[in-house]
Amino acid sequence: MESDALSGRNEKLPTGRLHAAQYILALVLTILLVGLWRLQVLNTDSFRVLAEANRIRKVPVLAPRGKIFDREGRLIVDNYPSVSCFLLREQMQNAAVDLPMIANGLHIPLDQLQATVKRFQHAPKYEPIPVKEDITPDEQAFIEAHRNELPELETLDEQRRLYPPGGFAAHMIGYVGEVSEEMLNDPQYAEYEPGDVVGRSGIEKTYDAILRGRNGSRDVVVDSHGREIGHLGETPAVPGHDLRLTIDLDLQKVAEQALQGHNGAIVAMDPHTGEVLAMVSRPTFDPNAFSVRIKRDEWNQILNDPNHPLLNKAIQAQLAPGSTFKIIMSAAGLQENIAENLHVFCNGGGTYYGQYHKCDARHGDVDINHAIPWSCDTYFYTLADKLGIETIAKYATEFGLGQKTGIDLPEEATGIVPSEEWKMRNYHEKWYAGETISVGIGQGPVTVTPIQLARALSGIASGGVMRRPHLVFADEIPDEQKDEYADMFPGSGEKTVPLDPANWETITDGMAAATMPGGTAAASHMEGIDFAGKTGTAQTVSHDAAAKLGLHGSLTNAWFVGMTPRRNPDIVVVALWEGGAWGKDSAALVAAVVNAYVTKQRKAAGNLVVEPPKPAATDTTSVVPQGEAKPQTGPQSTASLQPAGVQKTAGTL
Amino acid sequence: MRRFFRDFDWVLLGMVMLLSVISVLEIYSATLHTKFVGFHKSQMVYIAIGLVLMFAMAKVSYQWLLEFAYWAYGVSIAALLAVLVVGTKVLGARRWIKLPGGIHFQPSEWVKLVLILAVARYFWNLANRTLTYKDILKAFALVGLPMLLVLKQPDLGTALTYSPILICGLLLGGIRWRQAIVLCLVFGTLFSGLWFSGKLLKPYQKQRLTSFMNPDNDPRGSGYQIRQSLIAVGSGGLWGKGATKGTQTQGDFLPIPYTDFIFAAFCEEHGFVGAAFVLALYFLILMRLIQNAQTAADLPGSFIVMGVAAVMLFQIAVNVGMVIGMMPVTGIPLPLMSYGGSSVLFTFLALGMVMNVRMRRFVN
Repeated sequence: MESDALSGRNEKLPTGRLHAAQYILALVLTILLVGLWRLQVLNTDSFRVLAEANRIRKVPVLAPRGKIFDREGRLIVDNYPSVSCFLLREQMQNAAVDLPMIANGLHIPLDQLQATVKRFQHAPKYEPIPVKEDITPDEQAFIEAHRNELPELETLDEQRRLYPPGGFAAHMIGYVGEVSEEMLNDPQYAEYEPGDVVGRSGIEKTYDAILRGRNGSRDVVVDSHGREIGHLGETPAVPGHDLRLTIDLDLQKVAEQALQGHNGAIVAMDPHTGEVLAMVSRPTFDPNAFSVRIKRDEWNQILNDPNHPLLNKAIQAQLAPGSTFKIIMSAAGLQENIAENLHVFCNGGGTYYGQYHKCDARHGDVDINHAIPWSCDTYFYTLADKLGIETIAKYATEFGLGQKTGIDLPEEATGIVPSEEWKMRNYHEKWYAGETISVGIGQGPVTVTPIQLARALSGIASGGVMRRPHLVFADEIPDEQKDEYADMFPGSGEKTVPLDPANWETITDGMAAATMPGGTAAASHMEGIDFAGKTGTAQTVSHDAAAKLGLHGSLTNAWFVGMTPRRNPDIVVVALWEGGAWGKDSAALVAAVVNAYVTKQRKAAGNLVVEPPKPAATDTTSVVPQGEAKPQTGPQSTASLQPAGVQKTAGTL
Repeated sequence: MRRFFRDFDWVLLGMVMLLSVISVLEIYSATLHTKFVGFHKSQMVYIAIGLVLMFAMAKVSYQWLLEFAYWAYGVSIAALLAVLVVGTKVLGARRWIKLPGGIHFQPSEWVKLVLILAVARYFWNLANRTLTYKDILKAFALVGLPMLLVLKQPDLGTALTYSPILICGLLLGGIRWRQAIVLCLVFGTLFSGLWFSGKLLKPYQKQRLTSFMNPDNDPRGSGYQIRQSLIAVGSGGLWGKGATKGTQTQGDFLPIPYTDFIFAAFCEEHGFVGAAFVLALYFLILMRLIQNAQTAADLPGSFIVMGVAAVMLFQIAVNVGMVIGMMPVTGIPLPLMSYGGSSVLFTFLALGMVMNVRMRRFVN
């Protein structure tokens, strides 16, 4: 070995090979340097963006939605604290493993969770995906316990909507929900982002722009485990505006109670201003149950309910007005100088164009002064015949039927005012004079909505002054949004329909007589209150058709339009009782609301005069202080409107 | 003693110490907000021990070391076998032998030194002779045996660092072009056969070796590491974000930023300018080594120095290549930069051998 070793002594490495080694060294380091140049100099901008996306996390700061109050500042819709869970995709390492775990821990169906994640696939990665709202303490504990395995889960404290329980005023107020895919594709919702809460119906929808506010965000610096290690800046959330409605909670409660157990609607309105004081629709739904996390079958159940609980019948039910239409007939007849001297002998009915039309009674000799309180069909058959359908249509249209009233609620229905042109357009047939006879008593093709009827009769009782019904005071709308809202609800608007003072007196006296002994609504006579009104009983299904459906007798809707005082009324109330036998049944509902109104006005005024002073409708807070208003409502204070579990939020009032 | 001071390579030591200072500072920065805070102090201790060992190594004549090269080789093989039998299993691999007193000994690092000596000795014996295929095969067996044993642990990274010793030996030992091409072809076929048979590498090793080409395919494993490393390096830009200011490093996005990915952390905080400075230092150090190889008194001295240079260049290329996404993640530390006792002590001992050779250049 020693000799072997010695043999190599004094040998030198060939210089050429060492030169080659130098070149290899230079080449390798040059390649590395070029690689560094490419990353650090040529592409540094894109890597900088990635580095920032790594460490900066945008945490949304949700804007609290504006609360909703009644005209006296009493709380109707509140917010309550709730915890939502979000998914941060940047933190998610393996969707196939994590999603089933999340679905299990948060009690969400896996397919639903996957669909949610898929919906966001084109949104920027840093944008959090709302996974579940209003999570339970158990679910919150699950998220806390799995911080390491599921760093992508983030919780967020927010404010949720708290509606009155039992579907109180649900149709009018509406509800909120997550903005839908279709809405996001609609330019109208350009400034909404996936996951945003948006008003889906009622006031919540109409005034969403005022109520919603604007979400802010907080830029926090995090490490790779999602731990917050600092924060950069904050765009504060802009809270939504509170909204004061024209609704009077006291009247709303009375109306809600009056209609309890029935299907139908009640609308109470101040004819001087068009302010809606109460609006009820039945059956109702509980917006608390499904504005947050409605289950699919629950939702289907509501959608498929034959009674259409989501329908706001006050503005969407289009039904034959029955005898309430006789007020419009009277106005037309009197203005056309036909009714003034018209005397009809009622023998329980009459034959017109070969068809017998019956009346409810044998009224004998009837003139306009008796025709209204007695609601004599025979008289109005004759009047209709003399006026003709075109004149009837002209007046009905003048008084706002067959078109939207322009109330500030979404999806108002128009109803139908039949005319020759209408028949030709829809049925391609000529109008037969015989059809006019039924229209005279509010039957046949004529249909109205309760709000239309309230407005039309308000206008007639106010000497022809027509107001646009509305639920929100004009001064509640911020100046910059006034124009937008002014154009949002085209309807027949505010106008004055010519009405001769003598005719006005005749009609209003006739309606007052209807609630006096001998009138059709005598049962709802209230001593000391100048109560006027008109009943209506509209057949929806005839005897023959009902028999085919296996029902006995006919199906009717009971209407009543009531007001006080009879001329220039301070309140007009319309009640629709679907399936009610007679108009006088509805009259009792209206009487309850009117009585509550009058009682309240008198208490506020501190005396018991027969003619109550006109309330300062737009500023009742000063006239009716909170302290005085409360004893009337008794145990049903605002707080009692809220669900039991979250009373602490409502109780702060 | 005066001669020691005269012949010692102070220039090389100066550059090495400069890199060591950079290493300590970057380890300090990279561990500042982690539970490993204070590692830079341990690194300083390792460097101090390394310096002592380097001077000691420089004192012992390398000719004397070569005498014992084959004996040391035999002991090394025995130690590697012992690791496989009685080694401590950490994270699924047996790499350490537990010694009395709580010291964990990782033989595979020291085997590198022995291999450098053994290969030098082997090719020295073959000097002035045309290499036959038999000689080449023997050389392969010499390096291949410990390589297979280390691969068995499994420790792919360390096993790969043995290969530059062999390649350097073959190239400097006078392999001819035709032989080199034949070898490349044979090993290319052999390797691809073993790759697809799945016998040579474990699936996770395979994945690590391929994921650098498409990091997004494996976002959770090594793909994630490469991605974060690229972001760290790229976002550093020309001038860097400043010491202790690297968001990738400080936010713990960059994996193990004080060992394998320390260069990424350095690039993020000191930019292209800092990275180029460090690469320039490496270039100067390695050029100095080649110069020392040239001035060595004899053939084995040159082989030793070039073996050290080859291992260092290989580690630099693979580690920096990994950090910038050109190479797979193999767990090979960056010499003189990465934290770790074994790595620091090996490097200083290897440089000690270089000093040893240089100091004896005028001998005889």
